[in-house]
Amino acid sequence: MKAKWELGVGLFGLLLLIWSHYTGLFVAPPEAMMGDVGRILYAHVPTAWVGLLTYLVAFIAAVGAIWTGRWAWDAMVEASVEVGLLLNVLLLVQGSLWAKPTWGVYWTWDPRLTTCAIMVVAFGVVLTLRRQIDDPMRRLTLSSVATIIAFVNVPIVYLSVKWWRTLHQPYSSPDTVDGSMVTPLRVAAFGMLFLATGFVVRRWRQVNTRLAIEVQAPDLPEEPKPLHVEESK
Amino acid sequence: MSATLRVLQKDLLIEWRSRSRTVALLSFAYTILLIFAFAVGPDSAALKLHAGAYLWLGLLLSSTLLLDRTMRIEFEAGAMEKLMLVPVPATGIFYGKAVANLIQLCIVGAFSVPLVFIVCDATMVEPFGWLAATVFLGAAGLAAPGTMYSAMIARLSGKQLLLPLMLFPLVVPVIVAAVKATSLTMLGDPMNQIGSWLTLLACFNLVYWSLCGVLFGRVVEA
Repeated sequence: MKAKWELGVGLFGLLLLIWSHYTGLFVAPPEAMMGDVGRILYAHVPTAWVGLLTYLVAFIAAVGAIWTGRWAWDAMVEASVEVGLLLNVLLLVQGSLWAKPTWGVYWTWDPRLTTCAIMVVAFGVVLTLRRQIDDPMRRLTLSSVATIIAFVNVPIVYLSVKWWRTLHQPYSSPDTVDGSMVTPLRVAAFGMLFLATGFVVRRWRQVNTRLAIEVQAPDLPEEPKPLHVEESK
Repeated sequence: MSATLRVLQKDLLIEWRSRSRTVALLSFAYTILLIFAFAVGPDSAALKLHAGAYLWLGLLLSSTLLLDRTMRIEFEAGAMEKLMLVPVPATGIFYGKAVANLIQLCIVGAFSVPLVFIVCDATMVEPFGWLAATVFLGAAGLAAPGTMYSAMIARLSGKQLLLPLMLFPLVVPVIVAAVKATSLTMLGDPMNQIGSWLTLLACFNLVYWSLCGVLFGRVVEA
């Protein structure tokens, strides 16, 4: 039996997240301008970082799938797009929860928010496309191409705060927050990274197995029984 | 290059021979503009303010009709296989088809712009060249990914739904930049922003036209 190291990695990530969120909620000081609302930083920023990173993995896997035509890459495209999408949706939910007390609305047509919402649809379409195609090789090629094209959105999301006048804050990093907030932020980021890695690898194994069954040669037909002719009396 | 020109010539000839389709496309763009005008109501200030948005939404919705057909005609009678066997390089097919779509979208744009001026009572504050450049770059931003996606879904079930579902999220940056640049040419550009929006459009085009050209071969082989 294969060692399921991803379970350990995921659990370790979960522990790091629990510790960092406890520290972020109860130990770290409140944010100077936003007060306690600013504590969502420890969940929101790591979700964004790891979400974009997961899409980067999907992009690399898509290039690998097209380049080599190997099912392992194809399985990685599906696994990482699924987890990336989950993080992307979480990101929008967290952002909306933070926006209500800060901006007064759950949603506004801000460039960063809009491009993030577009990303959900762009990568969601990749999964829709995969469900629409029965031929595994065609599915590999077309969904990889769709992933590569959808990835064009990711740098746009990242740079949107620079390109457009936006309500959203500029890039967040450990350099942009106070020293006492850096440790929980860093630990939360690693926690989210390990948890997402656990999810991606777990899904990769499942999809890989499904693909292996799908593309394996069909069983040989059973040997025909000898013809039995009843003798007429 | 000659393959691209041949494919372009072939596609434009097909469209020229079925002119009723082009007329239907222009009628569709016209209807969309009228619907937007009716939906907003008699508020001429609002119509004028959002004229750029109506122009581009009309173009975007019309583009789905055009792009849906562009690859379907190749796959329906097995023409694509024959094109590949000639052999015509896949990049030649892509660029020929994408340029044909660009030309047709520019024609729809050239038809829609005067309509927007009439229906929305829009005015030109900046030189007309800016608007022409915006229509060209915006149409190019729709044509390249549209041609690519049309090829991807041509043989799938539910393609009528999939094309807009795949294309619209991808071209949102193009639409945002094109609407901004168009509105600035119509309402005035005191901060000299048109150039930066057009640069953004040109960058998207550079990415889409090169990326789709590289990947198109894989898609038609699949």
